[in-house]
Amino acid sequence: MPAAQPAPLTLVPPAADAAPRTIVDVRNLTLTYQTADHPVYALSDVSLSISKGDFISLIGPSGCGKTTLMRVVADLEQPTSGEVTVNGMTPEQARLKRAYGYVFQAPALYPWRTVERNVMLPLEIMGLPRAERQQRAREQLDLVGLSGFERKFPWQLSGGMQQRVSIARALAFNPDLLLMDEPFGALDEITRDHLNLQLTRLWLGTRKTCIFVTHSIAEAVFLSTRIVVMSPRPGRILDVIDCDRDLPRERTLDIRESPEFQRIAHRVREGLMEGHSYDD
Amino acid sequence: MSRSNMARPIMAPWPLVMLAAPLLPFAAQDGTALFLPQLPIALVLFALTVAAILARRLPGSALGEALLLLAGVAAAYAAPLVLLRQGHALSQAGGLWLYVAGATLLLWRVLALLAGVNGPVRLAGPALFGLALVMLWEILTRGFQVPTILLPPPSLVLTAFAANAADLWDDFRQTVLISVLRGYLIGCGAGFLMAILADRVPFLARGLLPLGNLASAVPVVGIAPIMVMWFGFDWQSKAAVIVVMTFFPMLINTLAGLQSAERIQLDLMRSYGAGYWRTLAMLRLPCALPFLFNGLKINSTLALIGAIVAEFFGTPVVGMGFRISTQVARMNLDVVWATIAVAALTGSLLYGALALAERHVTAWHPSFRKR
Repeated sequence: MPAAQPAPLTLVPPAADAAPRTIVDVRNLTLTYQTADHPVYALSDVSLSISKGDFISLIGPSGCGKTTLMRVVADLEQPTSGEVTVNGMTPEQARLKRAYGYVFQAPALYPWRTVERNVMLPLEIMGLPRAERQQRAREQLDLVGLSGFERKFPWQLSGGMQQRVSIARALAFNPDLLLMDEPFGALDEITRDHLNLQLTRLWLGTRKTCIFVTHSIAEAVFLSTRIVVMSPRPGRILDVIDCDRDLPRERTLDIRESPEFQRIAHRVREGLMEGHSYDD
Repeated sequence: MSRSNMARPIMAPWPLVMLAAPLLPFAAQDGTALFLPQLPIALVLFALTVAAILARRLPGSALGEALLLLAGVAAAYAAPLVLLRQGHALSQAGGLWLYVAGATLLLWRVLALLAGVNGPVRLAGPALFGLALVMLWEILTRGFQVPTILLPPPSLVLTAFAANAADLWDDFRQTVLISVLRGYLIGCGAGFLMAILADRVPFLARGLLPLGNLASAVPVVGIAPIMVMWFGFDWQSKAAVIVVMTFFPMLINTLAGLQSAERIQLDLMRSYGAGYWRTLAMLRLPCALPFLFNGLKINSTLALIGAIVAEFFGTPVVGMGFRISTQVARMNLDVVWATIAVAALTGSLLYGALALAERHVTAWHPSFRKR
């Protein structure tokens, strides 16, 4: 595949090359919190490999360590044991090289900055010249459908728009890897559908590698190339489901009615139920 | 027109107590009580007020009614001043005071009407309230011949203000422009810098915070003479007292402000690989701004009090504290009141300027934001 590819909206079949490049490699990861009375096993012997261009969803009930896993990849959390590499670097090196953009559960926009200046924040930290910062911010806001809102303040926008700003901010410095921690968790279903559609187009357009944490089965199946089903106490991986074989890469909301979609959703649900105990 | 009339609530009957006023004496002259018909000017003023009340529904708007009734109130407040000028005694004038009391209740309605009006007129409400208080102070102290040692009427304070303008300006310059400003800047600046340091070095914060509680309990009158002994009579000792008073409020507020950035916002900065100073400048200090302004506002009043009290314990022969202590000793209470007025006005203006700056700088904060 030529290196300089102008990111078109064409479909690239998965694993077109013999071995797609591994972006994130997690091996035997364990993370234990020491609380007052007993240790909490947030992650136990987790291994996962993510290739370039993948859209991976981590799904599971609360406490299964899906957010923790992503935070370890982002170097926001230190593992107890195990190995993580991001682009062949340690998470810390990757963070300092700004290899990834992180979208949090809440938009985490700075209320004293306008929408545009919020998107420009990482670019400012990277020391880009002012004109380029502004141009990139405008491009990204356009990409998430927020042209014309540059001069607004975050608190003047709806929750969905705020989350789109935070996605634009994560994309602004063009990281290879996009980490998203339940970005649409707090939004209503209609807005969520709409943003899912926008996100899948964005992903197809930019070919970024995405890790996406969610509670929603439908969201996970709709967006992902692979779904990682996790279970709590201790946090571990139960099942990894490949969606690419049965679903096309370019998806519309209608796909959710298809039997293939239902079958994958069913498998995810079974995995979740298997790992879920209602005793506690 | 009828709609705005409908929107206005019916007037409460209380101002009508003034209708009983003609039954009681309005003034006294050489021991004889005088009634309303014997005092033509008072009669005219009284008729004006009653006419304003009767005609209150005629203006088309709430603002019109407020202005009309305000004229009635003004007439009532003018009556005792006019009678005093004519040499009447008012301390037994039950009718006149009933008239003034009724007018004051009428003012209530004026203020209520103005509060409902949109636009800059709304600001006239608080101003009128203050003006009415000063007027009542003037009328009551003069009408009941309160000894000026106890409470001089505002007019006397104003006269003293004009007569001693040069002294008062010198005091203002010495106390406010020299001592307070320098002490305030040093105290707040040191508190701020120490907070940044304590934030970086945790044991400093743990050691300093209990000390802060202790320092806030230290009485100014205790440390002021000590500071005068240490730093001499001039502004340095006042500034030192102010630094002691303002340092800890600023330190504590800044520390609290620096802690106020949310975890998720800090994680964001970390994910960009931003270091300590960059995170401080781009996230934590903006987050701390509301807290900083809180400290600055508290300190603006503390600083003024500190300087004035400190000047009681030694100063070159100028300064607001010096003026108060010497003029009290000479029984020149009007000058004391004039100095108090200058101090109160200065404190309010300082506070107001800071509040205005806060509103401008932290317009994004939930307490100020407009959609």
